[in-house]
Formats: sequence, structure tokens, C-alpha cells
Amino acid sequence: MTASREAQPQPQPAAGQPGRGQMLSVLREDGSIVASRDPKLPLEKLLELYETMVLVREFDRRMLVLQRQGRIGFYGPILGQEAATVGSVAALEARDWIFPALREGAAAMMRGLPLHVAIAQLIGNDLDRCKGRQMPCHYTYREGHYYGMSSVIGTQISHAVGAAMAAKLRRDDVVVAGYLGDGATSASDFHAGMNFAAVFKAPCVLICQNNQWAISVPLSMQSASETLAAKADAYGMPSLRVDGNDILAVYVATREAADRARRGEGPTFLELVTYRRLGHSSSDDPSRYRDESEVAAWEQRDPVERLRRHLESRGAWDGDREQELQDRIALAVNDAIRTAEAGSPPAPETLISDVFAETPRQLHEQLRDALDDR
Amino acid sequence: MAQKTLIEAVTDALHHEMAQDDRVVVFGEDVGRKGGVFGATAGLQEAYGTERCFDTPLSECGIIGTAVGMAVYGMRPVAEIQFLDFIYPAFDQIVSEAAKMRYRSGGEYTCPLVIRSPYGGGIRGGHYHSQSSEAYFCHTPGLKVVVPSTPADTKGLLIASIRDEDPVMFLEPKRSYRSLKGEVPEGEHYVPLGVGRVAREGTDVTVVAYGAMVPIVEKAAEKAAELGKSVEIIDPRTLVPLDEELILESVRKTGRCVVVYEAPKTCGFGAEIAAIVAEKAIGHLEGPVVRVAGFDTPFPYSLEHLYMPDVRRVLKGIQRTFEW
Repeated sequence: MTASREAQPQPQPAAGQPGRGQMLSVLREDGSIVASRDPKLPLEKLLELYETMVLVREFDRRMLVLQRQGRIGFYGPILGQEAATVGSVAALEARDWIFPALREGAAAMMRGLPLHVAIAQLIGNDLDRCKGRQMPCHYTYREGHYYGMSSVIGTQISHAVGAAMAAKLRRDDVVVAGYLGDGATSASDFHAGMNFAAVFKAPCVLICQNNQWAISVPLSMQSASETLAAKADAYGMPSLRVDGNDILAVYVATREAADRARRGEGPTFLELVTYRRLGHSSSDDPSRYRDESEVAAWEQRDPVERLRRHLESRGAWDGDREQELQDRIALAVNDAIRTAEAGSPPAPETLISDVFAETPRQLHEQLRDALDDR
Repeated sequence: MAQKTLIEAVTDALHHEMAQDDRVVVFGEDVGRKGGVFGATAGLQEAYGTERCFDTPLSECGIIGTAVGMAVYGMRPVAEIQFLDFIYPAFDQIVSEAAKMRYRSGGEYTCPLVIRSPYGGGIRGGHYHSQSSEAYFCHTPGLKVVVPSTPADTKGLLIASIRDEDPVMFLEPKRSYRSLKGEVPEGEHYVPLGVGRVAREGTDVTVVAYGAMVPIVEKAAEKAAELGKSVEIIDPRTLVPLDEELILESVRKTGRCVVVYEAPKTCGFGAEIAAIVAEKAIGHLEGPVVRVAGFDTPFPYSLEHLYMPDVRRVLKGIQRTFEW
């Protein structure tokens, strides 16, 4: 990577702190830009990134409410991590593939998955592209080259690498983004995926959203490595540690890594340093294992407000525009919820279809045996 | 038709498919330059280049994980796991990822992947080079499981597996790799998955066996004939999906059934066959369904000859169906 890194004085890492090691930073907390690293995105692009982050945040908030109301069974929120997903996906080309983990669902929507179809996935009804077969947050969207995630941590890393190897073999101008969390860096599939990616020079970007917590286990208990980015060194893979709450830094780093992959120079590992402000999921109560003051400190580093400050400083955003956007998004989400909730339970036949391309006789027999009316 | 060993039939099938479909790629540990520890992939790298036949780092979960990604992207990967005993680090990738791909994505993503692996005992391989763990995979919805027993079927079934739209576990009876020779059709030879074969016609007792057990049962059938018992041998060839009707038809005719498998007896695939026969053909049975199987022990080294079903034990099993 050619991007220079901005030194930030760091104390010894405590649970929930960014940890030691420099981070690429472009958009400062006050909304000003480090001129030498400014990607100089057109204003419309910056507005689009901002609006997307606001939408993602509102979608997230509303889905948690639906979960609390019992209208969906489970939800994995991303509050505080919006810049990591939105910034990295924005830096890719539409033809590039995305292999997500739990907190990159926004990527599917950025690629065109309609909101109501995403909500139908959370409900698990017949409007869901997975046909109601999976727990919430397992979106799939093939047209947008968005792969469906597995709940088993880290398995998608080598899938991303394999897809990248295939793209290279086919001479396709396609880069693959493989996402993971800090917990996944402990999994054997991380080791295998990193190693294969580097050995085969797979055109991929492996993007770790280091949100400091794997359910209740802090980063300090996950790894004794000084940084997660450092792990790439042993595989012979370049890496970069990036302020994950800085959407421009995420954009710049992903863009450079993707360009590198496209030039045939192989994979890059990105550690996006961010923070999971809510529980692991709607089933988790983080107050049982972490100090609220830590959360409060990270609220001060909010990625959405940071970009808003920038836009405001350029005279491109104000309270009226914010209100108009919020109203527009609320309307869109309300509409999407209504449409999604109008779906029906999946048909019994979907229990046995898609196990194989052709459903074996035995499965028809099992369904017949289970149903009364046939 | 040429006479080929079973392993030559594997190579033949791989050659055939790599030549006619450039999406087919072959990889695994030592499969490239060396051509595989058993020689199954010999000559493929020379013929199709290092991009389509290559060595991988020593990581089963990496081999299968990347194969899944390739298959999802649109390739037809054929991954080799050097011995079935080494497959467990990749177990999660097989059962939770490859097998679930079509279902979990509502049919959006598929995983047309073949995992080839030599399995089974009788080669003095001890615990880590002899296991017959097909049952784990048969118990996983979404996987097809193929176990050929003859060189011709090996070629035809491997070609069918590579063309299949779903992940296939292709388990090769390594004991038969070189010990078994037979006629193998040249060029195109396709044996559909899910269709079993009558390996020997008979009237008194049905013996169901697959893979390396088929030649043992054939010898036992010769002996039984000398003793006046006519044995019908059913080789299902594909365990999933299973040609149930072929087995049931035979049992309805003979009234007796023995199942032979070299895996540990408890919860082995033969137990499933016994259950199907009990559920669907009990009215035709004139004796108990008997399992002749491996022991519920880890695979032994020095006492392998006692562990493995052999002609004597198969004959004992046949006898039991008459003594009831």
C-alpha cells in the first residue's frame, strides 16, 4: 500500500480501545479532510455516501424495534459500523463480488436488494429470496454479486478467495471482497483463506471489521497480536490498519487494495478499526460484560456525524436537508415493512426443494408422510 | 474396450472432463507435479497446465473452502483429499457450506463440486489411512455420495459427478485401485447417479454391498453357490440418492437380505439399508436382515484382517438369514 499512515498516540490497548498501531485517517473527527489523502470524491458522491449511511442506520434502528415487538425473530445490529460497510462497498465496482459476514447486510441493499425483500428475509416469508429457510440477516442477492453469509464464523474467507482464484482463472476483471470480524481471525478458515489468497495471488480484498468484541470476548482475549493487520505479514500479504469510522479512509484503502488486485498484484488485508455499540444481536445484553463508558467514548467517534460535519462545513448540508432525508427514509422503510409483512408463510413444498437440483423421490415421500391432506 | 485398473479409470474420467469443459479444475495436495500420491491425477498438469491442475498448501479446509468459492463462482472444481481419514478439518466446509449452498440461498447459489477421496481398509494403512466414513456424508442433506466398485463404473460415475449440479462426495475404494482391472469404455461413458446395478443375479438371498466390498461378496457368492445358495448382489453405486427400488425388488424376490460394509457397524450406511428393507419389505422377509460390517472400534493395524468383512464372514451372514 502506498497510502501514508497518520500516527496517533495510543496508550496500551484496553478492552474496547482501538489498540496500538497507526491507522489510516482521512476525515478528521471535526469533519476536515487530510488534504494529502483526499480522494477528492465529487460532492454528489459524498452526499450519496452520507444518505446511504443514514438509511442503513435508520433501517437498523427500525429492525431492532420490529424485533422487540416480536415481528421478526432476531436481528444483528450494526450501529456505529456504517462507514466500514458503506465506504468499502462504495469503493468497489458493481461487477465485483461481496462475501459478507454478519454486519455487511447493507452491502446487499447498496447493490440493489429492495428494502422490502431484505425485511422479508428477516421475517422469513414467501417474499424472502432464501424462501424463509434461514435466520434473519442471511440475505442473498445474486444479481448484485452479494453472497449469502454463513453463521459459522470465518468460513466465507476461503470462499471469497476461491471465487477470486476462479475470476483470475477466467480472466474476468472481477475483484472479490471478503468480510470478516475480529473473532474470525482466530478461526482455522482465516489461516487457510489468508494463506491460499497469498500463495495464489488471488484478486481479493479481505476486510476485517474489528469492532473490538466477539459477542462477550474482547479483542485482547481474542488475539495477542499487536494489531490484526500485522497478521497479514506472516502470509506475505500487504495490509493496512484503517480508521473504520472514517468513511473516506475506508474508501481510499479499499479502492487502493481493489486496484492492486485488479492489476494482478494479489490480495490485501484491511483492518477497519471500529466499534460494536450495541449487543452482538438482539439476544445479547452487553451490559453484562462491558463498561458503558467505553460505549460512550465510541459514540463520540460516530462515523455518520463525522461525514455530516464535513458536508455542513462545505455548506452542502443543513437541518432542513437532514429533516427532508429523515422523512424520506422513514417513508421508504415504512412502505417496505408494510410490503414485506403482506407476505405469506413459505409453501410446504419449499421444505424439500433446493436440497438438490432435482428433488429425490425420498423427499417427496417424507413430505407426503408429514402432511395430512395427501 | 481397453482393460484398465480402477485408478486408471479415475484418470481417464478426469482427462475426459478436463478436455471437454474448461470450467473443470483439479487440485489438492500433491496432485500437480507428482500426479497424486496414488497417481490418480498423473499427466493432467502436463496436459492442461498449472492453472487447471495444481498443488495446494497442506490444508484440507483451505482446499474445500476455496473449492466452494470456485464452484459458487461458476467453475467445476474437482478437489482431492489425499485420504478420507484426512477430511475432517474440512468437515465443516463440506457439511455446513457446500451441502447447504443451494438450500440456504433459495437456489440462487449452487455448489457443483466433486470431492474425490480414497477410502477404506485392506491396505495396511492403520487408523489414519483406512477409514470408511461415508455415513457422515450420507447423513448430511445436500450431498450426493458415490462409491464405485468397478473400473467402468468409476469412469462413468465420476463423469456424471463432475457434470452434476450439486456437491458430490466421490469415494474411491483404494484397496481396488490396482487390484481390480476391467473393461472401460473409451471416450464418453456416463453412468447416472442414483441408479444401482445388479452385480450378480440370484434367487435365494440378496446381498447389498458397495465399493471394495463388492469383489469380496462376489467371491462369497461363488462359495455360496457351491453350497447350493443362489446369491443376488446389489451394488447401489450411489448411496445418496439411493436406488431403493432396486434393493427392494431384489429382496421381494429372494426374501432374505444381508448388507455388507466395512465401516463401523453402528449407524453405518448398511443400517439405513436394513431399515428401508424393514420398513418397506417386511412382508417378504423370511429371515432377519443381517449386517456384516467393520467393528465399532478405531481401525486397527495388525488385526485389520479380522476387522474387515471377508468371504468367511459374508458367508456366515448369509447363513444366518437361513437359520432364523
